[in-house]
Amino acid sequence: MNLSTNSLGSSVKFRHFLSFIFKILSLLGLLLGLIVLLVLIGDLIRRGGDRLSIDFFTNFASRKADRAGILAAWVGTLWVMLITAVLTIVVGVSAAIYLEEYAPKNRATRLIELNILNLAAMPSILYGLLALGLFVHQMKLGSSLLTAGMTLSLLVLPVVIVASREALRSLPFTLKEASYALGATQFQTLVYHQIPAALSGIMTGVILALSRAIGETAPLITIGALTYIAFLPQSLMDSFTVLPIQLFNWLSRPQEEFHANAAAAGLVLLFLTFLLNGVAILIRIKARKNIKW
Amino acid sequence: MSGEIITQPARRAVFLKKSTKKPRNIVERLFEFWFALCAFLSVFITAGIILILISESWPFFQQVSLAEFLTSRDWSPLFSDPHFGIQPLLMGTLLSTFIACGIAVPMGILIACGLSEFVPPHIRQFLKPIIEILAGIPSVIFGYFALLVVTPAIQVLFPELPGFSLLSAGITMSFMILPLIVSLSEDALQSVPRTLREASYALGATPLETVWKVVLPSASSGVMAACILGVSRAIGETMVVALAAGQQPNWTLNPAEPAATMTAYMVQVALGDLPHGSLGYQTVFVVGLTLLLMTLVFNYLALRVRNKMRPL
Repeated sequence: MNLSTNSLGSSVKFRHFLSFIFKILSLLGLLLGLIVLLVLIGDLIRRGGDRLSIDFFTNFASRKADRAGILAAWVGTLWVMLITAVLTIVVGVSAAIYLEEYAPKNRATRLIELNILNLAAMPSILYGLLALGLFVHQMKLGSSLLTAGMTLSLLVLPVVIVASREALRSLPFTLKEASYALGATQFQTLVYHQIPAALSGIMTGVILALSRAIGETAPLITIGALTYIAFLPQSLMDSFTVLPIQLFNWLSRPQEEFHANAAAAGLVLLFLTFLLNGVAILIRIKARKNIKW
Repeated sequence: MSGEIITQPARRAVFLKKSTKKPRNIVERLFEFWFALCAFLSVFITAGIILILISESWPFFQQVSLAEFLTSRDWSPLFSDPHFGIQPLLMGTLLSTFIACGIAVPMGILIACGLSEFVPPHIRQFLKPIIEILAGIPSVIFGYFALLVVTPAIQVLFPELPGFSLLSAGITMSFMILPLIVSLSEDALQSVPRTLREASYALGATPLETVWKVVLPSASSGVMAACILGVSRAIGETMVVALAAGQQPNWTLNPAEPAATMTAYMVQVALGDLPHGSLGYQTVFVVGLTLLLMTLVFNYLALRVRNKMRPL
């Protein structure tokens, strides 16, 4: 009797000891993960921080590392993001509206939904190959800003569709009922009530999609974006470079000095990504505070 | 309040029947058509990717037999004596993915458990957005880390490691997919009802037993989906391997050697100046087709897993 309670007691102790070990391990893992990422970002700042100056933003790329800048790259990134944003909003939100509000429950709709899930998990470089075959060679658009914008908006389409659908779905049904009761058609209800009410959710999705598009490198390399450009694009059909490609180019050179440039460009890119993400989070928090259905 | 007796789907069905049948005018009809067109565009994207890859690969397979493509252990399409065996590139991709997921999946699940079960809610609310932002760091920046931070760090421990290796690419990719797996798994763990945990504790289970035998199994479909998404990110990851794993196709099982992956090969060729229609140009699409097939098989498996393991 004594023996059995004793062994029970020690086994409970042992189980709690195991549990304690697990707790410590999981928290250490979390800490370790955060520290590793902090160290990585710290290295970026240590190597590239000095290179960040006004000149760095106003100079074109150059063969001399200390005179090279990211003017063409950041202007190109701005252009590409603008085109991507317009195309993504127009197409992505429309698709979300159809799937959420108009689509009948049949096999075709099911196919589209499955297909969007599938697209979201497709490697980005395959979108680059599609663009190379279709936009660059078949449609003869060349390695232009337009091609880049179209490629990236295809790439982030699933993100926007899923986010916009969720935003539309989360609206209370009474909103629609009230509008219908006043004699509005489905389209009027959409334009005057559902879309304005879901706007913050839709915008969050669009900004998150852009924060993904801004760092994409592989599909743009595939369509043949240039790495050395000494002019600013004037029209949609001009060739271009973007920040991630400039970063990749500097990184693949052996000289240390160019690595410092790469780090500085990386800092700018990282800042833009964090900024977009931060804005999305702020919109989400603000929307949650303002609207109480 | 009496309106609440009718369930939402039923009310929705009534409205859809009435309102979709007769749009008020031609403008509304046009808009409706446009919405549908945009939704079907996603199907055209998939079809477009498949069609382009097959049509550009077709001439290649008329010159190179499928048997050589699958069995040769040599990939040197741009040499004067070319060989076209996909195996070395495939091995590179599989090995780097294996390393990345071997680290990130167990770590990710462990961290998600810690974050979901042992971190106080106010700290979790603060950490969660940070982890989500970390999941959005561009992959080319991880390429920088792989080349200039991770490789030198491993070389301190193993001085004979070359400047390019699958090992450092794999380890860096594990950092890249870790926030993704943590964030999605934590969502799944949080969605397990509190009553299940309380019941488990009431029966005398320790926190470890509660997490391991009750919470994780209940959240298994979500955690599994998170891990599968992580693996598919690693398979398709391009910039880290293009920068840090080396450019030379190399049939090897040794992760400390440099070896090109499928995606790294595509970037390497895209950076060069191969004329449209040449055999070298077509090899990019052939490798792309192989990557697409892998991805499709993988996505199908993911779907099967998800449908099989429906949550409670």
